[in-house]
Amino acid sequence: MPTLELTVNGTQRTVEVRNRTLLVEMLREHLGLTGTHVGCDTSQCGACVVLVDGVSVKSCTMLAVQAEGAAVTTIEGLANGAGLHPMQEAFREHHGLQCGFCTPGMVMSAVDLANRNPDPSEHEVREWLEGNLCRCTGYHNIVKAVQAGARAMGGAS
Amino acid sequence: MSGNGTGTGIGASVKRKEDVRFLTGRGRYTDDINLPEQLHAHILRSTTAHAEIGGIDAKAARKAPGVHAVFTGADMEGVGGIPTGWLIHSKDGSPMVEPPHPALATGKVRYVGDCVAIVVADTKEQAQAAAALVEVDYRDLPAVATIAAASAEGAPLVWDEAPGNVCYDWEVGDKAATDAAFESAAHVVSIDVVNQRLVPNAIEPRAALANFDPSTGDYTLYTTSQNPHLTRLLLGAFVLGIPEHKLRIVAPDVGGGFGSKIPHYAEEAILTWTAGKLARPVKWTCDRMDAFKSDTHGRDHKSTAELALDADGAFTGLRVSTTANLGAYLSTFAPCVPTYLYGILFAGPYTTPAIYVEVKALFTNTVPVDALRGAGRPEATYLLERLVEKAARVTGIDRVELRRRNFIREFPYQTPVALQYDQGDYDSTLDLALAAAEWDGFEARREEAAARGKLRGIGVSTFIEACGIAPSAVVGSLGARAGLYESGSVRVHPTGSVTVFTGTHSHGQGHETTFAQIVSEMLGVEFDAVEVVHGDSARIPFGMGTYGSRSLAVGGSAICKAVDKVVAKGKKIAAHLMEASVEDVEFADGTFTVAGTDRSRTIGEVALTAYVPHNYPEGLEPGLEETAFYDPLNFTFPAGTHVAEVEVDPETGEVELLRVACSDDVGRIVNPMIVAGQLHGGLAHGIGQALLEECRYEDNGQPATASFMNYTMPRAADLPSFDLRHNTTLCTHNPLGAKGVGEVGSIGVPPAVINAVLDALRPVGVTEIDMPATSQRVWQAIQDAKAS
Amino acid sequence: MEDFQYHAPGSVDAAVSLLRDAEDGKVVAGGMSLLPLMKLGLAAPGGLVSLGKVSGLDGIADRGSEIEVGALCTHAQVAAAEIVRERIPALAAMAEGIGDAQVRNRGTIGGSVAHNDPAADYPAACLALGATIATDRREIAADDFFLGMFFTALEEDEVITAVRFPVPTRAGWAKFPNPASKYAVAGVMAADGPAGVRVAVTGASGDGVFRVAEMEAALASSFEPASVAGVSVSAEAMLSDDAAGPEYRAHLVTVMAKRAVEEA
Repeated sequence: MPTLELTVNGTQRTVEVRNRTLLVEMLREHLGLTGTHVGCDTSQCGACVVLVDGVSVKSCTMLAVQAEGAAVTTIEGLANGAGLHPMQEAFREHHGLQCGFCTPGMVMSAVDLANRNPDPSEHEVREWLEGNLCRCTGYHNIVKAVQAGARAMGGAS
Repeated sequence: MSGNGTGTGIGASVKRKEDVRFLTGRGRYTDDINLPEQLHAHILRSTTAHAEIGGIDAKAARKAPGVHAVFTGADMEGVGGIPTGWLIHSKDGSPMVEPPHPALATGKVRYVGDCVAIVVADTKEQAQAAAALVEVDYRDLPAVATIAAASAEGAPLVWDEAPGNVCYDWEVGDKAATDAAFESAAHVVSIDVVNQRLVPNAIEPRAALANFDPSTGDYTLYTTSQNPHLTRLLLGAFVLGIPEHKLRIVAPDVGGGFGSKIPHYAEEAILTWTAGKLARPVKWTCDRMDAFKSDTHGRDHKSTAELALDADGAFTGLRVSTTANLGAYLSTFAPCVPTYLYGILFAGPYTTPAIYVEVKALFTNTVPVDALRGAGRPEATYLLERLVEKAARVTGIDRVELRRRNFIREFPYQTPVALQYDQGDYDSTLDLALAAAEWDGFEARREEAAARGKLRGIGVSTFIEACGIAPSAVVGSLGARAGLYESGSVRVHPTGSVTVFTGTHSHGQGHETTFAQIVSEMLGVEFDAVEVVHGDSARIPFGMGTYGSRSLAVGGSAICKAVDKVVAKGKKIAAHLMEASVEDVEFADGTFTVAGTDRSRTIGEVALTAYVPHNYPEGLEPGLEETAFYDPLNFTFPAGTHVAEVEVDPETGEVELLRVACSDDVGRIVNPMIVAGQLHGGLAHGIGQALLEECRYEDNGQPATASFMNYTMPRAADLPSFDLRHNTTLCTHNPLGAKGVGEVGSIGVPPAVINAVLDALRPVGVTEIDMPATSQRVWQAIQDAKAS
Repeated sequence: MEDFQYHAPGSVDAAVSLLRDAEDGKVVAGGMSLLPLMKLGLAAPGGLVSLGKVSGLDGIADRGSEIEVGALCTHAQVAAAEIVRERIPALAAMAEGIGDAQVRNRGTIGGSVAHNDPAADYPAACLALGATIATDRREIAADDFFLGMFFTALEEDEVITAVRFPVPTRAGWAKFPNPASKYAVAGVMAADGPAGVRVAVTGASGDGVFRVAEMEAALASSFEPASVAGVSVSAEAMLSDDAAGPEYRAHLVTVMAKRAVEEA
């Protein structure tokens, strides 16, 4: 089995995986980071979104071995020891989550947007979230949360 | 119950207690749980819609690497079938056809997705690989997938015991009176509508993890359920014969339900039984494609309706004839959805004096159909509001005016279809929505759009719901095999903190926050000192779960009753401590006071005394914990007006939803932030039905929509922001005055959207369109109108 | 998903030789086309040769009359690149509309072109702009490259290194996406450039990307939306699915062509 070295949430990790192991499987099953979720088989729902080297990817559509040497950030590591990251705080403040299942992917995707665009319009947020499905919120409050979170981040993660 | 909206009490938009764990990845969903020695299961499903099973050869699979067991229907022989929770009687008094539902198919498979075998291995990959080695000899039979196919002359039978594939042929209302109304009508308007099949698609797929402890005989099942106690009842008492004290059901964090996690599913029984056989924990997590084939679907009606009006536009009679597709087996709530959650809704907000509804329910070779957000009420509302809209066009009476002319204004109001509405104010609700939608300025917007080559339209629906289905004695007489009460327990700890146990289940609704607000305000304790526990049959006395917008109205009421009992006992303790008579003790803001004096004791002091009863009333039990069961006196009747405004691109048929304005009466609002969130989600669901979502089958019963690649889920860019208003009247018969909010959007908005689309298309001659109004369907309707 | 061999060589040459040795080997870059197929069991390569460790293939360069896009450039990179936005804005717009944000972060031009999905966007841009596909061993004109659904001129061990787009005088892109999958139902690039006036369509035909000669002729005489608005394509050659039957799809090709010209 290949041995993989990468950084996960700031910590250097060495993990034994199979070549076919998906990044999300490595995170959930090998590292016990169950905050990253799986909601579909066709790379559409976005519940599995994490940051790889700072940009959002669907961890269900990336092999763990493709993350060799990369820095992976999951929802568990986003706040980096602080209470809540500004984007997490914005989701709480604006009730941008209900059942919580899509939330980790939604937040990670939003962080990537905010890093590119510190003041996204409602339209820009809605377009950006094409790869993240939510069945609970109707997106109304997610959009508000992402806009507020981006402003709070001030363009830097 | 001041409800002043400040701080953390009733009426305040308190931030949710559950959010931090969800936002930091510390939610604990079923698939996140792992037990030592756990095995993994793969459920082998039928690949054909209808077949005799000639034989199953699992020899190769049993020898595959890592495999511990393969079980088929033959192995589970003697285990009970999956039961349904409602018995409906047909017009002629005969009971519905209630076929058996073995957890693993025996003899025949009846839909693509039917459970055929369970393969258990060390890893899920091994289980899946071994499942591919199981050889099933399917001897295909002709299948029926649609209402049209199942009701055709000489159609193949899903069940031999159901001639014509009919499960039941039900009616409600006075047929003779309704027919008479039509005979004397000035106008008769008729409509045919299809309410398409939908897939609920909670983002968390179903999962189950079963365990058995041979040393105690205890079973534990972690499962994605909206109602763990109901699952325990059905699984324990009807399927596996495990008594309640030996069967614990845990529904931990659950990633959305929308009705699809109400039913007791075959997989729950198969997993629990298998864990018992192997004496090892067994875990199964559904993937999305299997979810499309195995989560219960929703809706799937075909209806004809007629409305009789007098010369002034007063509705005088309504006749509805509906055929409903129930799928291959009867799921938990399936029989009641097209009957007692549908037929009795047809008065809507109107004074129609004579209504007759008949519903024929059919079996087909498709996934079982059960409740989906709204369950029956969206189907009724859509049909009624399409018909009323059409009546306005036919009679030439303004569509808002026509609705207003027929509104119920005197309460309580007895409808001709069983329900009695306790309270409402439909005029003000309508006014509020029209103002929010800038209804009066619409024509200018239509002209402006026309100048850009776009067709703009506006549509409205006015509606009522019936939520918190109740009382138990009534639903029992209608065929429910369970009561529909709720339990709540309030445990005041020695230091004054509080744990609340509710039989409802929160899978997004925020009960941990809302119920804490109620208890915090009623007991006068800090919000942070109240913890709400749900979802574990070992911790909660009993419960019926969360569906039908019942949690606050029924579950919240149970908690209120339990708090009342706590206060009553606290008064006795406080009276003793203050050497006063119990009758003289008053309780407010967390303090027991002797009326007219400055003598008082806090709830904390009283709680401590209850657990350290050194100086204590004689004969009174120590402790401060009370449980209440609340059985509602009536349904609740939320009501609203929804307005949608759309623009159609006539070149492509694309419908852009520009704005949605809603005015709703959901009764008492405990947490406005959460209530708004519930409305938003329901609206998205309803808009999805109106414009995007449709589950289709091939004629041979193969699913044509089997993943998110071809089943369109609403995305952020498909929706506008929503404009919400409230016009509150309180429910008169529960302690909170609450009515329910979880299903409002999915019930109210679909006809508003379709009425808007038809309003937009009127200039090009299109008068009818079915949901979903996809680009292709709209474009085709325009072409057809041009051609005719 | 079946297990497979995995290699992440540091150079194109090494990748080519690994592909030559591999049994049923496939190149993977971002994996946005291949991995979804593998997860569904629709592809099961014996070996994957990842280009993830190969450097030098992720640049975008202005070569005067051409823009050269390295094979490993992601869609997000192309969409954001100032050079592309200034010189071939239609290409940037097309890249910005591929998949979703996460697909654009991982998916590469080389992967998209090599895969030649009949509903992928890049093949239409390559064909309309008259691009050249550079590989480890040769240069292939887009006209000779796309040979039908999931089928290209690439040899089994051949690796794309770059795609060069001649800078057009004007070009426009319009796409009508499938509401569920968001793949193109009809995506059209209309261009007027060194390769002449070209109209290339993706998403609509089971044979993959194709050009519409009648529209090209009409635009050659007058590059106006009205020139193509009346030109229809045959419904017979169209794909059909839940979102669009053949007639509707053929109609959308014309509408998207018109809108592409409007954008140009």
